[in-house]
Amino acid sequence: MVAPLLSPLARVTPPDAASPATPHGHPPLIEVDRLSLYYGAARALHDISFAIPERLVTAFIGPSGCGKSTLLRCFNRMNDLIDNVRLEGSVRIGGEDIYARDIDVIELRKRVGMVFQRSNPFPKTIFDNIAYALRLQGFRRKSEIADIVEQSLHQAALWDEVKDRLHASALGLSGGQQQRLCIARAIAIKPDILLMDEPASALDPLATAKIEDLILDLKRQFTIVIVTHNMQQAARISDATAFFYLGELIEHDATGKIFTNPARKQTEDYVTGRFG
Amino acid sequence: MTASTPTAPPAPPARRFRASTFEPVSFFCTGLTGLATFLILAILALILGNIFLQGGAGLSPRFMFGNADKDMFDVASAGVWPMVFGTAARVILMTLFVIPIGVTTASYLTEYAPALSPFTRIIRGAVNNLAGVPSIVFGLFGLGFFISAVGGTLDVFLYPDSPKPVWGKAALIWASLTLAVMTLPVVIVATEESLRAIPLGLREASLALGATKLQTVLRVVLPQALPGILTGGILAVSRAAGEVAPILFTGAAYYMASLPQSLTDQFMDLAYHVFVLSTQSPDIEKTRPILYGTVVVLLLLTFALNLVAILIRARVRRNLRRLA
Amino acid sequence: MGLHRGHRARPLEWLAEKIILLISLTAILVVFLIFLFVGREAWPVVIGATNSSLAQEYQEIIPPEDFARVPPARLRQYLGLTRQQFEQMDEETLKDLMALRIEAKAQMPDDPDAELNTTEWRYLLGPHQWTGYDRPAYIWQPVSQIHKYNLVPLFIGSLKTTFVALLFAVPLAIAAALYVSQLAPPRAREWLKPGIELLSGIPSVVLGFFALIVMASFFQALFGYPSRLNAFVAGLALGLAVIPVVFSIAEDALTSVPRSYTEAALALGSTRWQAAWQIVLPAALPGVFAATVLGFGRAIGETMVVLMASGNASIVSGNLFDSTRTLTATIAAELAETVVGGHHYRVLFLLGALLFAVTFISNLVGDLVIHRLKGQLEGKR
Repeated sequence: MVAPLLSPLARVTPPDAASPATPHGHPPLIEVDRLSLYYGAARALHDISFAIPERLVTAFIGPSGCGKSTLLRCFNRMNDLIDNVRLEGSVRIGGEDIYARDIDVIELRKRVGMVFQRSNPFPKTIFDNIAYALRLQGFRRKSEIADIVEQSLHQAALWDEVKDRLHASALGLSGGQQQRLCIARAIAIKPDILLMDEPASALDPLATAKIEDLILDLKRQFTIVIVTHNMQQAARISDATAFFYLGELIEHDATGKIFTNPARKQTEDYVTGRFG
Repeated sequence: MTASTPTAPPAPPARRFRASTFEPVSFFCTGLTGLATFLILAILALILGNIFLQGGAGLSPRFMFGNADKDMFDVASAGVWPMVFGTAARVILMTLFVIPIGVTTASYLTEYAPALSPFTRIIRGAVNNLAGVPSIVFGLFGLGFFISAVGGTLDVFLYPDSPKPVWGKAALIWASLTLAVMTLPVVIVATEESLRAIPLGLREASLALGATKLQTVLRVVLPQALPGILTGGILAVSRAAGEVAPILFTGAAYYMASLPQSLTDQFMDLAYHVFVLSTQSPDIEKTRPILYGTVVVLLLLTFALNLVAILIRARVRRNLRRLA
Repeated sequence: MGLHRGHRARPLEWLAEKIILLISLTAILVVFLIFLFVGREAWPVVIGATNSSLAQEYQEIIPPEDFARVPPARLRQYLGLTRQQFEQMDEETLKDLMALRIEAKAQMPDDPDAELNTTEWRYLLGPHQWTGYDRPAYIWQPVSQIHKYNLVPLFIGSLKTTFVALLFAVPLAIAAALYVSQLAPPRAREWLKPGIELLSGIPSVVLGFFALIVMASFFQALFGYPSRLNAFVAGLALGLAVIPVVFSIAEDALTSVPRSYTEAALALGSTRWQAAWQIVLPAALPGVFAATVLGFGRAIGETMVVLMASGNASIVSGNLFDSTRTLTATIAAELAETVVGGHHYRVLFLLGALLFAVTFISNLVGDLVIHRLKGQLEGKR
């Protein structure tokens, strides 16, 4: 296999004692080290350390307000948009400290895509929603853009539904279609990581099932981190699961282990539905 | 766990974030808009600086409270007291009309009116429209309606024998009413905004206690909305105090020997006086100190009020945002 | 439980609600009254019921000997005096005026133009070959011996100053709105917005004063054009009055674009400027358009600035550095001198009615656009 040669990640991050092992033994892509986050004086994340494996689906679960979305937004620095946010500790992606002074946030976000809780297509056509992302990346040739748009829509399992109305407004799509469009938009620029913040929470079961199939399909190419409040969903689609409670990481392990044989009492209580 | 099989496709090469992505276009355009913002503020500062630097020195108690009875163009003796008095009289009188009507209308729109009825939309449309009517048209309206129609009719019934019109001429009351009509939208919009900022829970709490709707509005909602109503009133006063066009034909006098004694008298006016001093002065260089002095007094009146209103409103809006 | 059944009558509550409803109709009533009472004075001109022909005016002669026999109101109308003027004159003066009238009749200009009714629409809008002019011209000269009421010079004056004002104010205000709502650091936004809104607190008479005393001389020294007061200076000062209007509305429209759009764009790796320019601005475009339309309404209706800074010469010219006279300034400057109910008075009310109509339409368009935009953006969420 040529994989080790093509994967400079392994060289950038020599396995040292400080970086925690990931479940499944996959190399870590995102490493969180003693991360704390404050909104003004209130601490939202409490001294979190763990690593997220490459090309697996990692699910963040926990009751609302536990900080899972906040942590997710640390990975593409969307928290920068909020006033009074202060961070301690570090987040490294592929070995790079993304909060280092000379990191370009714009560049980071092009590598770390995000799908939001509520679908947020631009008030443009379906085609232009995706083409916008491509143009940001510097794509100029029309044929090339059209190709990638089609390819992304295929990947997002949306092509058959919209191929006849690519130039109709994206706002005319159903909620589930809009969300898949947002996914298509996010993956069009081929990010390394795809962050998903409860992507199916506003959708009906049928649309949710489609999104879940899509996620399973996408993990062959992307490292996916998904926040969900739906434990069945986490069990169905994720390889690793992290459980958060009150801003702390309680447990992080292979999904099968978290749901069948958790190490911590709190985790067990939560996954069996005793609180949350 | 199939995902952990070693046959997963090879990882794409890691891409680094440090690649320089300085976007000259974005940087340039952001700078340009920032410059526009700065330019507007700089012009504002320039105007205020010019006026206060040149006019501030001339302010003295004698100027503020002196009369203009000798010669209003005489730098040594002219004072602006009659104008300050006239302006104050017309705006105070105006608030007596505009505040009750404006607050009632705003209460109707937020508390009673069905949100989507065409009728409500017509009222809102009328309010918006009124806000955009040119001030000179209000002047014409004051002349055509208040003076000719209302005043003329009053004269026919009250003073049929008087050779001179009593009500049917330019007067303090008509100028105030014209301004009240003009500032009605200001009060309505400000009051409505503050009424909307009041949480629904407060109304529900009151209604749940068995209060009637009227009681809820009078005892719970309006007291809470007081800052907004105050803002509306202040903005209306500030706007009206600086207006000249609507009072040109409805009440302002070029010169009067004494202060107005009754509602049907004409009055001298600060804002109108700025116009008179700027355009009718026999020697603009010589009368410059009183001109600048008058402008400063006018600005102190309107601008200070405006500043207060904007500060209160910014606070109301912040609260509104916190609720949203 | 002894729960009271049926509605208890609350007459006071009922009455109060009705009164509140009635009072809130004031706004509608006022718009209607403006329409009615400004329109009423202008109506005779619209339907051609006014006559400014001097032949008609001098047809009737009342000799001074008949002074006692004519009712005062009739006499006042005959002499063309305002009520105030009439009251202040004693019998002798009035008789002198009547004698003058007879002399004037004798000296009535031997000019074919004197026969014309200049308040007819073709003279109001079309050019006319006046005696002594080389070619047909558009002329506004209401107080000359032959009253020339052509509105075209005034339209041109209003459009010229408005054009300059919008050209100056709209780009500046929209750029500032974009900066304040999308690009500025949040902390700066808190004081930038009220700062710019403060501009709307400067009375227009003060802007006019500033244009007249400071700006006019400054720009003349800078550009060296001959007439100190002109459409350019008036337009710039007018722009200062327009900026806060356009800024407030555009800023509001830009801010009401859902944050999720911006977030989506930023998450894709766009810069703040790209998100603002490519996503937020297009979404808020109708609002920005409305801001411009409402700014136009504000500019064309503003009186004091143009009255003081435009020079007030009714010249038909495309040159922005010529002195110019607008609709609003004409009303303000001339109405006090007219005879109530006379043709000059009515033509000025016609100008007012036209202004009202123009601003009415621009407000309506602006409000409809904003309403629809807000509906779209909010309905989407």
